[in-house]
Amino acid sequence: MALFQLIGFGPTGWGGLLLLASLMTLCVTAVALLIGAILGSLVAWAKLSGSRILRTLGGTYTTVFRGVPELLIIYLVYFGGSSAVTAIGTAMGYEGFLGLPSFAAGALAVGIISGAYQAEVFRGAYLAIPKGELEAAQAIGMNRSLRFRRIIGPQVFRFAIPGIGNVWQLSLKDSALVSVTGLADLMRTSQVAAGSTRQHFLFFIVGGCLYLILTSFSDRFFTSAEKRANRSMPTSLGQA
Amino acid sequence: MTPTTLNQTGTTMAGTTRLSVRNIRKSFGTHEVLRGISLDARDGDVISLLGASGSGKSTFLRCINLLEIADHGEISVDGELIQMEQRGGKNVPANRRQVDRIRSELGMVFQSFNLWSHMTILENVIEGPVHVLKRPRAECIAEAEVLLEKVGIAEKRNAYPAHLSGGQQQRAAIARSLAMKPKVMLFDEPTSALDPELVGEVLRVMRSLAEEGMTMLVVTHEMSFARNVSNRVIFMKSGEIDSDGAPDQLFGSGGSPSFRQFIGNFGG
Ligand SMILES: Nc1ncnc2c1ncn2[C@@H]1O[C@H](COP(=O)(O)OP(=O)(O)OP(=O)(O)O)[C@@H](O)[C@H]1O
Ligand SMILES: [Mg+2]
Repeated sequence: MALFQLIGFGPTGWGGLLLLASLMTLCVTAVALLIGAILGSLVAWAKLSGSRILRTLGGTYTTVFRGVPELLIIYLVYFGGSSAVTAIGTAMGYEGFLGLPSFAAGALAVGIISGAYQAEVFRGAYLAIPKGELEAAQAIGMNRSLRFRRIIGPQVFRFAIPGIGNVWQLSLKDSALVSVTGLADLMRTSQVAAGSTRQHFLFFIVGGCLYLILTSFSDRFFTSAEKRANRSMPTSLGQA
Repeated sequence: MTPTTLNQTGTTMAGTTRLSVRNIRKSFGTHEVLRGISLDARDGDVISLLGASGSGKSTFLRCINLLEIADHGEISVDGELIQMEQRGGKNVPANRRQVDRIRSELGMVFQSFNLWSHMTILENVIEGPVHVLKRPRAECIAEAEVLLEKVGIAEKRNAYPAHLSGGQQQRAAIARSLAMKPKVMLFDEPTSALDPELVGEVLRVMRSLAEEGMTMLVVTHEMSFARNVSNRVIFMKSGEIDSDGAPDQLFGSGGSPSFRQFIGNFGG
């Protein structure tokens, strides 16, 4: 079975590389989700703040990065970032093109996009906290930071889990676009394998399956996290 | 209309003044909701605040612990004046830390319970003592268990609020306030959100608090509580105190015509 050997782990098989590539895809997505969480909470905070300027800035961020094609952002970060680095290099006396590391550029680009979606998730989660619970926290004498740590943070986290699960799925798929920078992720590796073996159909099917495995495993992870976090919800919601 | 003010001789014990409110005014936009309200609560006083919907009872209670900031007036808790200052033409607290501390000395019980839904009942009760008062956790748990026993929900200690009945939630909320060892307890219609058959269990807890000498300010529509448990009744009308006196006197013959009309609506 020649086909079977091609995707196997033998000396002529692509199995090992595909596995590595899946890991790479997971890593890019995870780092992107983290960057997105930081950007997203800042943007959500800006959108909820009393300042008009901050609200406008936050609104602009979510509009722009949800409205522009992901690929364009990746090009912008990778080539834009690289020319900035090259310019700095030239100024410091180095001749020639300096590339941004494709992992960093990819994770940053996907993170920026994911941040726009996460901002909406966090904002919705904050607004889902019953106002009375925040008043009770004030009334018992909690200062601002204590309220954030003890009441707001944990509840935002709880309400945000399903939404963050969705963003993770989106980012996982967006991360395939990072292959344009040459990063050896699952997409890129499937492409290379398909090209060099001329078995296009086989490798794109295998690549697709690996993506499905990644998404269904993460789906399970987020569902169980959601269940855990919803222990405190009324049974009708909690066990759903 | 002349306010029916009765002096407090005989109605209160000769205790210290726990809460003193001087000439509170509060407007929302152009609507003046509180038009100069003063009140002194002495140790062990149980004061029922009555009044029609919109008369400003909740706003008054919320001004006392600064959930709303009064435009004018002074508030002292246990002799300590809450410092205010003028900023941008508005009356604001001068010292946030003082506000937080004063709040921790005032228990507040809300109509809608407002337990923290992500914490168990026990966690709700120890939250304040452990994180606001920074007391040792083990000690707080021991005290919380006694309190939960007292309000009759010890067996629910590890349940989440959403899994309790309204009456149980409100009793848990009372325990949460008591855990702070408050100097004064403020209740804003604590039984109004409850099914009729659950009102009694909450009133019983409040009654036993009153009997133990807790200083309480209770906004309520429960006339039996006002009559039989409180030692003073204040009737508010359009942001002012209309009648103020011992329940026997007000419910007897001392109340103003508006007060008579008000209690008439309750079939009293
Ligand atoms: N945050 C607010 N902004 C604007 N108006 C308010 C606000 N809070 C209260 N009011 C108004 O102030 C008036 C008094 O309200 P308040 O809630 O103090 O009345 P209440 O005596 O507690 O009534 P109820 O018995 O219905 O609870 C009402 O007309 C209400 O609409
Ligand atoms: Mg009210």
